[in-house]
Amino acid sequence: MQAAFFIIAALIVIGGLAAMLVRKLVHAVLWLMVTLASLAALFLLLGAQFVGFAQILVYVGAVAILIVFAILLTRNSEWAKAGRLASPSWLVGVGIAGLATGCLIASILASSIPPGVPVPPAASVADIGQKLMTEYVLPLEAVGLLLTAAMIGAVIIAMPEDKRG
Amino acid sequence: MIPLKAYLVLSALLFGIGLAGALSRRNAIMVLIGIELMLNAANLNFIAFWRFHPGTEPLAGVMFVLFSIAIAAGEAAVGLALIIAIYRHYKTTNLDRMDSLKG
Repeated sequence: MQAAFFIIAALIVIGGLAAMLVRKLVHAVLWLMVTLASLAALFLLLGAQFVGFAQILVYVGAVAILIVFAILLTRNSEWAKAGRLASPSWLVGVGIAGLATGCLIASILASSIPPGVPVPPAASVADIGQKLMTEYVLPLEAVGLLLTAAMIGAVIIAMPEDKRG
Repeated sequence: MIPLKAYLVLSALLFGIGLAGALSRRNAIMVLIGIELMLNAANLNFIAFWRFHPGTEPLAGVMFVLFSIAIAAGEAAVGLALIIAIYRHYKTTNLDRMDSLKG
């Protein structure tokens, strides 16, 4: 249990760091997939099966492929050659991020959250389906509407201007 | 047993990595990847709190994460469509060259 957590945590952090540091965009997406798949493993470890599989389906399956398509549709050869990866003010950005992370970690370590014992998860997939169709049916419909609007909007935005009519 | 704070610190680290990438990389797609990392850090927090401190509503944390994943997928689709539209206009994904509105 402990070893599994540390291995998965190391994979998450290494994958995230590598995704942000490598030069080639396709490699960055592959590292992003490592991070997302490790997060799915962590969700499984925490007893959230449905979320873990949804993470693999949606993130590793759909979002990563979407990013790969965006990379293929935009010419990025200028990044493969020499040239700065970061913007001129990158030090400010990294500084702000470091400061924010430091504050977060300091306040987490100083907080008095009761440690809490992990309760055995009582969330079967059947329960989740039941809840989604009864108590959470309105948010579910709202998300469906949002996804439809996002899909139509994405198609229209990405369409060439002379074809919009 | 792994304490709750370990999950929170891991999530804060992932958030910091994503924030640093989103603020400092020059490529628009890399900024989007950074934002995805930050969203995933938030999801990890939801699940950790749900596992360690279930409230009166036993499934609230899982529901939050499911809706958050759905909205993040929509955000990625629209964001990448915007990047493609901007690329068609400027012929670049370099954020430093998208400065038409600069005073």
